Amino acid sequence: MLRAEGLTHSFGAVRALDDVSFSVQPGQTLAVFGPNGAGKTTLLKVLAGLIQPQRGNARVEGGRRAIGWIGHQPQLYAQLTVRENLRFWASLYDVSPPGDLLTRLGLDEHADRPVRALSRGLVQRVAIARALVHDPTVLLLDEPFTGLDRVAAEALRRLLGDVMKQGGASVLVTHNVEEGTELATDVAFMRAGRFVHFAPRAGRGPEQVAEEYRRAIA
Amino acid sequence: MRSPDLLRHAWAVAAKDLLVEFRSRTGILSAAVFVVLVLMVFNFGRDPTAVSNVVLVPSILWVTFTFAAILALNRAFQLELENQALDGLLLAPIGRGSIYLGKLVANLLFVATVEVIGVPLVALFFNVEVWSHIGPLGGIIALATIGFVAIGTLFSAMTVRTRFAELLLPAVLLPFMILPLAWATLATTSVFAGRPLSEMAGWLKMLAGYDIVFVVLSLLLFPATVNE
Repeated sequence: MLRAEGLTHSFGAVRALDDVSFSVQPGQTLAVFGPNGAGKTTLLKVLAGLIQPQRGNARVEGGRRAIGWIGHQPQLYAQLTVRENLRFWASLYDVSPPGDLLTRLGLDEHADRPVRALSRGLVQRVAIARALVHDPTVLLLDEPFTGLDRVAAEALRRLLGDVMKQGGASVLVTHNVEEGTELATDVAFMRAGRFVHFAPRAGRGPEQVAEEYRRAIA
Repeated sequence: MRSPDLLRHAWAVAAKDLLVEFRSRTGILSAAVFVVLVLMVFNFGRDPTAVSNVVLVPSILWVTFTFAAILALNRAFQLELENQALDGLLLAPIGRGSIYLGKLVANLLFVATVEVIGVPLVALFFNVEVWSHIGPLGGIIALATIGFVAIGTLFSAMTVRTRFAELLLPAVLLPFMILPLAWATLATTSVFAGRPLSEMAGWLKMLAGYDIVFVVLSLLLFPATVNE
């Protein structure tokens, strides 16, 4: 569903990705943990095709149409309403926004408010709706829980679960080992552009993964 | 990418930009105020006995439109940096050409609005006969505007991620605007002087050629400017 082979990319003298290879199958969620500057966001951008790697290649089944992206920034237009934003992004994928998406994210009553008038938590919920507006099968998630309130975090977990049940796959990069581990079927630790650990989660709990992570990046 | 898809996605991008501008009105208001102020300053600063309006007004008209257009072009891609919407556009399964064409259409409509405000003000402040020449004048304005907005939209995308985007855009764009502005000014002078259309045909052909070359070139080069 998603395959990366020998991804290598530098920004000037800084090696952001160093020969990274892996694959993710339908139903899998790979959680990638790493400190700041480890290359996590660059990895996601390469997978999404936003950055062309200097070496190696990344392939997503279904191409750009299959990808849903939730990142640090909501990728929304502050002057437009929630509904107008979703309609715009859906039009680029030649679809209509799913009727129940706003309801599932608790956004019904905010649909006709401009995004600039919403709280950070609500904006993050709209960003999740934007990412799911075209029913993607591969989710790329960059610190998706940042700024989310409890309700929105729960809604996000539920939506991710739905995508996985329907045979989707996701790659999640985060600092937050606890939240990331809960969602993951596979876990990778990243340091200085390399995977220093990549294995199925296999029943490991967040505390065990956190301990292994601390040892691996020390 | 099929042509209907290209055009449909381009229109979606353009309509979104226009809706954002309609909601905020900051760009159009600042450009309109700029046009009024510049024309007023030129009006009060000129000596009507030294240079005739027919000679002076075309230069004033095009200087005003040029800088008003730069205001518009500066904001074209700034909008996409807010909340990293540009990444969303690049991630969508649409051709990069759609993004360029959408921005071009939105910028053209924005600059055309400023020009629609500017032309009557020129007639008012400088007492030149505009309405009897509105057809040829409109043609010259349209041809010149398409060319420099086409190249300006490309440069706006190139410079938007740089630290000094607002300074850099005029610095790289103005050299490319010299030729169309010179041709447009000469053609406008001919129109105001009441000379026959055949006399300005050469300028119009050159403006049309400039438009074709720079719209096609910009469309081809745009993908390289937005890829990281």
